[in-house]
Amino acid sequence: MNAISIANKVKSGEIKATDIINDYLDRIKEKDKKINAFLEVFADSALKKAEEIDLKVAQKKPVGTLAGVPVAIKDNMLYKNHRMTCASKILENYISPYSATAVEKLLEEDAVIIGRTNMDEFAMGSSTENSAFKNTKNPLNEKHVPGGSSGGSAAAVAATMALISLGSDTGGSIRQPAAFCGVYGLKPTYGSVSRYGLAAFASSLDQIGCFTNNPEDMKLAFSVISGHDKKDSTSSILQQTEKKFDIKAIKIGIPKEPFMEGLEPKIKEEFLLTIQKLKNLGASMLDISLPNTQYALPTYYIIASGEASSNLGRYDGTRYGLNSKKADSLINFYKLSRGEGFGPEVKRRIMLGTYSLSAGYYDDYYIKAQKIRTLIKNDFKKAFTEIDIILTPTTPTTAFKFGDKLKNPISMYLSDIFTIPASLAGVCAVSAPCKNKTEAGLSVGMQFTSNHFNETSLFSILGLLSD
Amino acid sequence: MSDLQTVIGLEIHLQLKTKTKMFCACAQTSQEAKANSSICPVCTSQPGALPVINKKAVELGSKAALAINCTIAPYSIFARKNYFYPDLPKSYQISQFEKPLAQRGHIKIKTPDGEKLISITRAHLEEDAGKSLHSIGSKNLEHTLIDLNRAGIPLLEIVSEPDINSPEEAYTYLTELKKTMKWIEVSNCDMEKGELRCDVNISLKPKEAVELGKKVEIKNLNSFKAVKDSIVYEIARQTNIIKNGETVLSDTRLWNDKEEKTYSMRSKETANDYRYFPEPDLIALKLSDEYSSEIKNSLGELPHRKKARFIKQYALNDYDANLLTANKNLSSYFENCVELGGEPKISANLIATELMGRLNANKLEIKDSPIIPQYIAELAQLLKSEKISATISKQVLDKIWEKPTSPKELIEASEMSQVSDENQIREWAKEALDKNPKAIEDFKSGNEKAIGPIMGMIMKKSKGKANPKITSSIIKELIQG
Repeated sequence: MNAISIANKVKSGEIKATDIINDYLDRIKEKDKKINAFLEVFADSALKKAEEIDLKVAQKKPVGTLAGVPVAIKDNMLYKNHRMTCASKILENYISPYSATAVEKLLEEDAVIIGRTNMDEFAMGSSTENSAFKNTKNPLNEKHVPGGSSGGSAAAVAATMALISLGSDTGGSIRQPAAFCGVYGLKPTYGSVSRYGLAAFASSLDQIGCFTNNPEDMKLAFSVISGHDKKDSTSSILQQTEKKFDIKAIKIGIPKEPFMEGLEPKIKEEFLLTIQKLKNLGASMLDISLPNTQYALPTYYIIASGEASSNLGRYDGTRYGLNSKKADSLINFYKLSRGEGFGPEVKRRIMLGTYSLSAGYYDDYYIKAQKIRTLIKNDFKKAFTEIDIILTPTTPTTAFKFGDKLKNPISMYLSDIFTIPASLAGVCAVSAPCKNKTEAGLSVGMQFTSNHFNETSLFSILGLLSD
Repeated sequence: MSDLQTVIGLEIHLQLKTKTKMFCACAQTSQEAKANSSICPVCTSQPGALPVINKKAVELGSKAALAINCTIAPYSIFARKNYFYPDLPKSYQISQFEKPLAQRGHIKIKTPDGEKLISITRAHLEEDAGKSLHSIGSKNLEHTLIDLNRAGIPLLEIVSEPDINSPEEAYTYLTELKKTMKWIEVSNCDMEKGELRCDVNISLKPKEAVELGKKVEIKNLNSFKAVKDSIVYEIARQTNIIKNGETVLSDTRLWNDKEEKTYSMRSKETANDYRYFPEPDLIALKLSDEYSSEIKNSLGELPHRKKARFIKQYALNDYDANLLTANKNLSSYFENCVELGGEPKISANLIATELMGRLNANKLEIKDSPIIPQYIAELAQLLKSEKISATISKQVLDKIWEKPTSPKELIEASEMSQVSDENQIREWAKEALDKNPKAIEDFKSGNEKAIGPIMGMIMKKSKGKANPKITSSIIKELIQG
């Protein structure tokens, strides 16, 4: 069952929200011992919310569009009076004093927040192995990583421990784990979902999105969480582009860049198969070029790390979070608290970012990266004057094994090579699972990228492909 | 050795009078408010909290910048200034760096050599930090306490060019700036409350040299006097160093009010690298030409313009014109008097000496004056038409201060009007002269002042009602026969 039909049945009184939630809680209890998708299950507040919904239905009061739908949230979104850790020791005991706008919107539509999911610490990573607490396993093959940084949210939906989950995507953190776990993952247009209440990694790139098992639920979830928010100055007042969708009028661009070479054979096979399917549906395929995307990876790491080095300054142990008891001076208090609280990848990025913002290096790194970012944006702008959607694989490889890339940060960073350009350009992109699995049972994801505020056309094309 | 020239630039921080903070909806509270009683997720920097620009702060900042003749940038951006300190919750201050709100202004000041323009480099918006409490009274605390009520309060930083060359010029510049800012009601400018803060950048160089000397920054200045005194001290200190053939160290120094000395806090060479970069949580501030001109129009007549007009239009002297443009209420009180028929110079005099004296003695503001402009206008008319003497006018003021009444009615009712009847005055004068033969001798031998005591006696006899002009001429007439 998908989210829409569950919500409809709850609304009509055909099934009870409490039954659904109990069902999901049982399933989590059974499955998550192995998968470890959740850092915490909010059983009490979830059941309380479900009872409220059932009461409303019984009293014939209106209920929301997500009535009784179990939703998991990534552990970097605030849910009032619930713990939020960013999978970091520094926030191990942090209780949210308010709720994120996206969470509030879910609750307003009577979704049930069922728990918070594992992730790479502060969303930095591509395998969820950077969590300070535990490793999440890929439900398709437990020897493999679920991807990251929203690995827990992807695994929760893949193992049907939630119908919808929220993730955050800064350079691919929704799309890459979606591809690895065989689910749908949406990174919306920058500015379409409020970032208020999302613990920031890189402010100019972070975007909340969702995981689902089908395009319809994705469309519904997106319609709930998106929209202008006065509390987020970068949230846009622009609406979805209204355009009648006709696949025969759709032009799909295939980038002819060097990084398209060297794909894993199975991914190449599925990629060609998808092109064929789209042709069969009547779409026209065009070769395009996004010449500056070859610099996307270093550009991304300079901008994202620079912003992160500043955003994570607030975790200083003074007002909340881990603070060292051993310090004998203010400077040591900072050094010890942050030294004990942050994991190695977070430290690496803070140092990288601090360096690139420093006097004498700022122009050569940060400013230069911003200039290249503009060039990349222009590449997309130009491409979208000729085509409607860009098709690439989501990742160059399928899910790798635990420990495979942990020792080599660069090889880990390369797993986001296809997803980072859209993040830098701020456009919307989605990863959709292909039907055929690898011999290891792993999934392949295809990435569809469209122009700003054009998510609707992505949902339409995914709908056609999934039929 | 050639003469040394002092070169000073001032950095002013003005606390803007908004209801709420710069980037959140928390109220601005007074210093007396309970610690941490006006805080929220944004100003305590909880994870996920985001800043939203306070439009009123932009308006007040623009107003201030335009009042000191700056140009408002059509496009300005906020930037993060990164440093760690416990009273800085985000570990960065949101400020403006490369593209400030406003640039290129000036303030005109009066110097002994005439008028001088002090150029303003820039004016930019930023948020205040919180307050660290290390001790209570003389008792040192075991832990530092942090109060975040002040964190996020909007500030406007106004940076001058190094155009100031003496402690007096710095003082005048500050006075002029404060007067203007209070006038347009963008800040209360109370230095003791930290609503106006001033850092001094000072260096000395040989008069003919083009290149500036080593810059020293002075902080912790709690009054205009401290600014002046610290500059005097620094000039002496630096002159001494240079005269001894040594070089001044570029450092940041703290002014110690009690010892009247500056002490080095840190060397400029070891200064923080603030790693400024554009604030990605905020979009650029775009202000149209229409917005600028609308605010410019709302400024009205600024004090220095008003003062010039008072001198020209009402023939006031510089002192009175300056005094009457000290604040908006006072100047409109004065102009009300004139509109109600009070002769300008007489009204100005009545306000400047008589009314202000009484207000100051009672610690009252002009807006709380029991004497309304109508009464001053009437008094001025009575004086002008010589119906009453200056002495009587003082008595009238005393009476109406206690019990607000129309002076005209009071005079009519109490027969306090001036006596101009020559026969009556002659009678009083004869009586007085009879009792003072010595005064007659003195006057005759050339001492004009000798008629003073005679005048005094007549005034006493007439209860101050004798017309002084007529009285004086009658006395002279009687003496000279």
